[in-house]
Amino acid sequence: MDLSKATFLGYKRENGRIGVRNHVIILPVDDLSNAAAEAVANNIKGTMALPHPYGRLQFGADLDLHFRTLIGTGANPNVAAVVVICIEEGWAKKVADGIAATGKPVAYFGIEQHGDHDTIMRASKKAKEFVQWASELRREERPLGDLWVSTKCGESDTTSGCGANPTVGNAFDKLYPHGTTLCFGETTELTGGEHLVAARCRTDEVRKKFQFMFDRYQAVVERHKTSDLSDSQPTKGNIEGGLTTIEEKALGNIQKIGRKCMVDGVIDKAETPTGPGLWFMDSSSAAAEMLTLLGAAGFVVHFFPTGQGNVIGNPILPVIKLCANPRTVRTMSEHVDVDVSGLLRKEMSPDQAGDALLDCMFRTANGRLTAAEALGHREFVLTRLYESA
Amino acid sequence: MIHFVVHDENDSVGVVVVEGVKAGATLTGWIMDQDKEITFKAANDIPIGHKLAIKPLAKGDTVIKYGTDIGRVVADIGLGEHAHIQNIKTKRW
Repeated sequence: MDLSKATFLGYKRENGRIGVRNHVIILPVDDLSNAAAEAVANNIKGTMALPHPYGRLQFGADLDLHFRTLIGTGANPNVAAVVVICIEEGWAKKVADGIAATGKPVAYFGIEQHGDHDTIMRASKKAKEFVQWASELRREERPLGDLWVSTKCGESDTTSGCGANPTVGNAFDKLYPHGTTLCFGETTELTGGEHLVAARCRTDEVRKKFQFMFDRYQAVVERHKTSDLSDSQPTKGNIEGGLTTIEEKALGNIQKIGRKCMVDGVIDKAETPTGPGLWFMDSSSAAAEMLTLLGAAGFVVHFFPTGQGNVIGNPILPVIKLCANPRTVRTMSEHVDVDVSGLLRKEMSPDQAGDALLDCMFRTANGRLTAAEALGHREFVLTRLYESA
Repeated sequence: MIHFVVHDENDSVGVVVVEGVKAGATLTGWIMDQDKEITFKAANDIPIGHKLAIKPLAKGDTVIKYGTDIGRVVADIGLGEHAHIQNIKTKRW
């Protein structure tokens, strides 16, 4: 596929970033605000609430990550406008101010001294205004370098490592020279192949930062483990699919970064890359957690290879699923956007598989709903670093 | 028809990519990196996605896949035998 003149149709946001969706979201800062947020989304058609279970009595780095994730989600260019609701008005304002730095429309509401009814009424009026405004925004043609694409796999099996993940790698290798911003992560799922990632880091400084993040996560595993983690890494689904050890899973996982791209930078959870190229994000390998972090970092399209059939979606990030396992493609076809099972029958070349994924990426970016979007998968899961106070 | 794939010719295991492989079946394997074909007899029933040994592996040996160490052998594995959690363990954690 010749990508030198490739373009996609996106929404140009106030800060210059390009989105491929046009969501108006109702964002609760804490668990207590979910009911009001969901009521507003129910009142005003075309808006979407993002309920979650956290936000109370968090502190330190865990609280910083909470705010960074919520602000990043609102700031994502797939989001046109945001209504923030919190039990306490001060924190609603803090999140709204963070999002407002992008220049997009934001309003915030505190529930205390108002109650749910009055909050829902005030927030619904603003949400209606936002959604009608957003519905008049139009897509424009943009160069490929404006697209931010992330990857993370799930319910992997051995076919992921020989089919679906190398397909992402092929697509990443093709996108990389065009100034696209790319991201991978899943820190513990590099265990056994971390030396291969380290060898791909662009500079010693990047390598040092990657190794620091990797070692930091290994220390978490060592501190809390009660076994060799064979009940969770690989997961029961991975083992059912034929993966035996974390090393085998990691080597399959790493196929996603292709053979040519270099790791240009390293970011912490939900941080935003500062330039084009391939970024490593320190993250959990749990699918919903990492996709939520990638959305918060500003990615607008996601490649999700699966083997045994993970069904995940994300509220703001279109998740494109690809699969090389013929049994999964047969039994779970409604979840699969790109069938690359032909790779393992030698009926499809790696290059053709990569092109099929890129073709789906352009169609998705231009507005086609992914399987996960059509099926209503909106998993929004905040990463916690430790207990609440 | 391809029944199993091998990433690299130096690997000790291949991955079954079709359903319903029974003990005794003759399997055609595709070595992807070198684009070669090999033939093996399955020693056990092997589910899709699971591995068979294409090199004899003794307890204590290192298992190679993707040309890289993926763990240690904890029980001998004969040619064409099912290679999984009953005979391979991680070296990490």
